[in-house]
Amino acid sequence: MTDLCEGGMDDLWSIATLLLQVWFSVMIGLIMIPAMFGLSLGVTSVYIQILVKILEWATLRIQRGHRDQPTLPVPAPLPNGLIQREGGSMEQEMGELRRYRTQSISRGEFALSDSFYFYRKGLESIVDDQVTQRFSSEELVSWNLLTRTNHNFHYISLRLTVIWGLGVIIRYCVLFPLRITLAIIGLSWLVIGTTLVGFLPNRRVKNWLSELVHLMCYRICARGLSATIQYHNKNNKPQKGGICVANHTSPIDIVILANDGCYAMVGQSHSGLMGVIQRSMVRSCPHVWFERSEMRDRHAVTSRLRAHVAAKSNLPILIFPEGTCINNTSVMMFKKGSFEIGGTIYPVAIKYDPRFGDAFWNSAKYNMVSYLLRMMTSWAIVVNVWYLPPMTRQEGEDATKFANRVKSAIAHQGGLLDMAWDGSLKRDKVKEEFKEQQQKMYSSMVVGKKARNSQEPHTESTRR
Amino acid sequence: MGSTNSTLSKIPNVEELVQETGFTPAHIVRLYDRFEALDKEKTGHLRPQDFGAINRLAINPIGDRIIGAFFSPGQETVDFHSFVRILAHFRPADKKRPKDPSMPEPVNSRTSKLKFAFQLYDQDKDGKISRAELLQVLRSMLEMQVTEEQLESIADRTIQEADLDTDDAISFEEFRKSLEKVNIDHKMSIRFLR
Repeated sequence: MTDLCEGGMDDLWSIATLLLQVWFSVMIGLIMIPAMFGLSLGVTSVYIQILVKILEWATLRIQRGHRDQPTLPVPAPLPNGLIQREGGSMEQEMGELRRYRTQSISRGEFALSDSFYFYRKGLESIVDDQVTQRFSSEELVSWNLLTRTNHNFHYISLRLTVIWGLGVIIRYCVLFPLRITLAIIGLSWLVIGTTLVGFLPNRRVKNWLSELVHLMCYRICARGLSATIQYHNKNNKPQKGGICVANHTSPIDIVILANDGCYAMVGQSHSGLMGVIQRSMVRSCPHVWFERSEMRDRHAVTSRLRAHVAAKSNLPILIFPEGTCINNTSVMMFKKGSFEIGGTIYPVAIKYDPRFGDAFWNSAKYNMVSYLLRMMTSWAIVVNVWYLPPMTRQEGEDATKFANRVKSAIAHQGGLLDMAWDGSLKRDKVKEEFKEQQQKMYSSMVVGKKARNSQEPHTESTRR
Repeated sequence: MGSTNSTLSKIPNVEELVQETGFTPAHIVRLYDRFEALDKEKTGHLRPQDFGAINRLAINPIGDRIIGAFFSPGQETVDFHSFVRILAHFRPADKKRPKDPSMPEPVNSRTSKLKFAFQLYDQDKDGKISRAELLQVLRSMLEMQVTEEQLESIADRTIQEADLDTDDAISFEEFRKSLEKVNIDHKMSIRFLR
């Protein structure tokens, strides 16, 4: 009896080891080695095509389902807000409000209807506002079988539910373990590889090897997210001694960009696992890691970056001037610090395709670990990266104007909205200056261009 | 499947709301989502601070008054029903509705919108906009951009123009008369996309 059991156990073990062997050889053979050399077996593109077909089918089913059940009012998600906004400026609208006035005073004077403009604007912002929209994930018009992206979803048909269930099983049980393994391999290879390269003395060989190691492990990590990246305009790729500037949607942006070139990272030095990775990376090529105390001193930061850029043989620095993650529908204000360093700026626009997975990191809602888990259980990450032609600060242009110029170029290329708001608004209250701006604009309509301090003589006022 | 199965079922007395305000159920669902987004602590009520967190509203010169319009005197919170009722004032007028004198005035008719605007001026609700109340509104809209004398002369002139019974205040009828040529429906309406 026991012999049989032991025999059974042995069988189980041998089956298990066999499976593991197959697993690993598949991984190494089909995924890692091509990844290391930048080749693709085309599996991912086939996968994406199949996915698109399935998602289109799912959307059609939902639409048909809606038509059959007219009593359920499920409004379609709207990408740019709930309400129709009048495009006119304050002057235009006030002018229209005052048209009824029969007296000949066209400019200046207060009208009781002036306040309607402000009421309406105020109520519009209560119903819907542009800034808060940017900090929550985009709602999709179609549905990509991930309940997290469609808030209005509800039960439509059995078939759809079955497909969704299958999707869950595939994502969590097949794709997820695969991706985790790849991620672990990628990261450990980064640490080991860079440490090994760090022992080499020779300059040229060391640099070449360190670039190779970095590229390989970022490629493995990208495979670990099923990322399909399309690079455009590769001739504008950032050169050594320059500064690369991009819009920020998630921490994955670094992996995306580093798949095609080597960059010097800039950031705070962490402890723990991140710290280990950071320290080993520095051994093979210079990155710029700051202590927390140093970050406060803007001069120290700028001078260190400047020194790095000045050494023309150093890799280009990668900076995200928005300062925080935005949901990839717009580009928020760029902080001018990065643009004061000097040197050539290479702008890069990154746009994620939301159909396959929402890449935005809402740091208020999710911490890093749960974010990465969500990423690894999405279908795929499809990204478009555009390299824009290099820009430099012109004569007489101050850092803020330059920053805005770069921002517009990036927004234009990526098809994102160019917003004047500050990314830090999601945490701080808005400044008083904006309110004063509104008041200034309004007052110029009421009292005309008179200086604030001049006393109006009585005769002038009666003449009006 | 999905976390918000039927939002409509979560909202109590939807039928009543639809009748009263004229919003479609789809609009009410959207407004409910917005209400929940503003209600960060998930208490089911909004307080003035929740409105204050809206950036565009914070820079609006009369933002405080607009927020005040949502809260009845003495109340510190506003629930979803009241939220929708106030917003219903800004719904575009229904052109096809027949004028039925026996039905109560719909909340988004021209008169109701004007009344709403009047109340934003008339903070003490005595039925008249006094000179002091007008000055207050002017001060919020112009703050430091004009001198006190300029403010006062503007207020004087406005009252002079609108005040027909020379009681140095603007009543609702005078308010309405002075704005009779303004296209209120256009200027005090918010149109929902779909």
